[in-house]
Amino acid sequence: MTTVESILSRYREPLENFPLELAADWKKRHADKKLVGCYPVYHPVDLIHAAGMVPVGVIGGGNRLEIAHADSRFQSFVCSIVKSTLELGLTGRLDFLDGIVFHSICDPARNLGSVFKRNFPKLMVDYIHFPQNMTSPYTIDYLASEYLRLKTSYEALTGRPIKDDDLRRSIALFNEQRRLLRELYAIRAEQPENLSTVESYVLLRIGTLMPPEEHIPILKEALADIRARKEKPKDRIKVVLEGSFCEQPPLELIESLEAAGCYILDDDFLLGWRWFLEDIATDGDPLRNLANGYLRQSVYSGVKHDTREPKAKHLIDKVRETGAAAALILSAKFCEPALFDYALYKRALEKEGIPHLFLEFEEKMWIFDKARTEIETFVESMLFD
Amino acid sequence: MEPPMAQTADTAKTSYQGQMHLLQKEIMGRYFERVTRAAEQGDGKAVFMLISGNPVELVHAFDMIPVYPEIDALQLAVKKAALPFIQKAEELGYSMDNCAYVKADVGLFLGGRKTPFATIPLPSLILCNYVGCNVYLQWFEHLAEYCDGKIYNLDIPFMRDPSGKPSPEDIAYVVHQLEEVIAICEELTGKKLDWDKLKRIVALSGETGELWAKIKSLTKHIPSPFDNYFDSVTMMAPLYCLRGTEDGLKFFQTALREMEEKVQMGSGPLPEERFRFVIEGPPPWPYLRTFRDLFAKWGAVAVASTYSTVGGLWEFGFKHDPNRPLESIAEHMLQWNVTNRNFLQRYEQIRRYIQEWSADALVIHSVKSCRLFSAGQGDMREYFTKELGIPTLLIESDLEDPRYFSEAQIKNRIDAFFESLEHRKLTHKTQAAGATL
Ligand code: SF4
Ligand code: SF4
Repeated sequence: MTTVESILSRYREPLENFPLELAADWKKRHADKKLVGCYPVYHPVDLIHAAGMVPVGVIGGGNRLEIAHADSRFQSFVCSIVKSTLELGLTGRLDFLDGIVFHSICDPARNLGSVFKRNFPKLMVDYIHFPQNMTSPYTIDYLASEYLRLKTSYEALTGRPIKDDDLRRSIALFNEQRRLLRELYAIRAEQPENLSTVESYVLLRIGTLMPPEEHIPILKEALADIRARKEKPKDRIKVVLEGSFCEQPPLELIESLEAAGCYILDDDFLLGWRWFLEDIATDGDPLRNLANGYLRQSVYSGVKHDTREPKAKHLIDKVRETGAAAALILSAKFCEPALFDYALYKRALEKEGIPHLFLEFEEKMWIFDKARTEIETFVESMLFD
Repeated sequence: MEPPMAQTADTAKTSYQGQMHLLQKEIMGRYFERVTRAAEQGDGKAVFMLISGNPVELVHAFDMIPVYPEIDALQLAVKKAALPFIQKAEELGYSMDNCAYVKADVGLFLGGRKTPFATIPLPSLILCNYVGCNVYLQWFEHLAEYCDGKIYNLDIPFMRDPSGKPSPEDIAYVVHQLEEVIAICEELTGKKLDWDKLKRIVALSGETGELWAKIKSLTKHIPSPFDNYFDSVTMMAPLYCLRGTEDGLKFFQTALREMEEKVQMGSGPLPEERFRFVIEGPPPWPYLRTFRDLFAKWGAVAVASTYSTVGGLWEFGFKHDPNRPLESIAEHMLQWNVTNRNFLQRYEQIRRYIQEWSADALVIHSVKSCRLFSAGQGDMREYFTKELGIPTLLIESDLEDPRYFSEAQIKNRIDAFFESLEHRKLTHKTQAAGATL
């Protein structure tokens, strides 16, 4: 039986070294399959799958990748993931991909899409403009048409049409995967002593690097293992973590946050891979269902600007609903959306009297002492308050 | 815009005084008076909008007052008054690495809204025309948190198709949203939209844009009659704040006449035009004058600039059409401004400028605040130097935050660049002369 422990010993190291090698290895074993890279945050992966291809999360280069070429293309004040992604491309490490898609999450990521197009003419490079008008009744038509455009690109890439039923089946499959991930997160929120954040992170992250058909059984066995755990809660403060929805912090950093004395009840790591609060409908027009899911059934995030409700309200609700005592804002260095959100979060958290700590990270970061000290001090101040 | 010219007025080196500048001061003065009246006497309703491809025509049709936080932020920078506001925002939790336009404006918004040029009213409508820049969304999201103006996100799909054109669905989506904006304005003003009035305004915008395009094509002449970066910014404020008004039209008629006269006389902004360059990126507003002088000293004139197309790109044939008012406003927002175009379309725009405006070089001014412009400019430089063989200079500072401007460093780089360009020109000349012998 697959245990969480065995999963970690199998995957942890590759995830720390070069996460994408897991997908590249998979491709070696399935030479006939096409793979499409998905830049964060969210991508309708169901569409890629319905086309008979495998969606791959291109979520940075991990914390061992040396940046030697990309920093002459993107300036020092641009976040790491933009540079590491380009570096991966320039050093041939993305050659196993047939396509890659970028999204309207921020200006650097958007320009990166163009830079990819120019530098890798053989790669299919596409771009989704996700709508930022969440109130207009016409937005759904727009987004469905955007998905249709993308569907046509995927059809051109594989040379075969995507039938509605194919897409419905893929949606159902991803619904199952997302349901299991929600369960994983529910355990973290309710019994954090039974599942560490690093464990749940690895379980989630490997799903971005293999087909859902392989990920789902792993998740199921892991969940069975976790459900049997009966750990004693430690004397730790409970927090929710926010701000890491795109570039990912090193595993070691996540680990040291917990080791410093926190239970992280909820976070926004790899947010796009568990984007929906509930299942996407599998009857009716599947493109419209996906569009509807984006507009009405998705989580809040730093890259979705929904005027229907203040963004900070969601964070406050999350703190309240999980029963956390504090918020940890962990933002990628130079990540404009996360840094802007922090100003709103800070204001709201202070108003609500919820303590918080703000930390910045880079995916390629070696020294965690400073972060560790800061979090330890914070935890102490809360425990002995 | 207006103040930089006022500051350069006393030097022969980098400025000239003309009717255009006087008129600009006068009409922008009137605009800011109107803005102040709205703030101080409640006279009129303010609509906050963003510069890039905006639907100012609709706002004028309801006699509401367009207020642009970007213009306020840049005016603060020009007056060297931005830093305290930026610091105030940083105290509130904004990062050193956030766009300083936003920080200056937030500091101003929460700090009394009084500036040396106007008092800024509270908005009745926060109309976030999301045209290209993702920071826009957060900027206005934040302003909406800080007051009780109504916010509407007018979502403009980015030019992501390889054709560089919007799809029929993109246009339909934007038109539907414009109709929703109309409904909101009707509610706010208690007035129905007067379609004939809107058409007249759109017609004025069409004429204004056409004049602007003509003015900008005059810099194809050698010597260039004006600097299509440093002087163009003087014309940008009227283009945004007063496009669609008689005042705006009159300004551009005057400007065109004046520039045509200059072409006739063969005069330009500098005593001698020795280099023609294209410049990419926004100017360093707090040090505009210093920056200009660094080029002027080499006899270098900007014959074209991408920055002067942020609010609209008219020089390649776009014109608002009064018979299709909403569609043409939508097309302007979607396709005809630099910010909503993808990065490779920007390369293409610059390439055309270099060719059609006969430029010797490209200068990339990379600003930290504005990643819309700057992220990836290293790749742009690579393309122009390696693929096209065009001498390219990349310099870094900021458009708002004075802490990021290092004069000595920029000066060294500019001097070294033009020195080598001069050398290159000389050797070319000698070679050419050698060939004819
Ligand atoms: S980390 Fe932030 S700034 Fe960087 S690409 Fe992601 S969203 Fe954009
Ligand atoms: S990022 Fe650039 S375009 Fe966007 S608000 Fe800042 S200065 Fe303006």
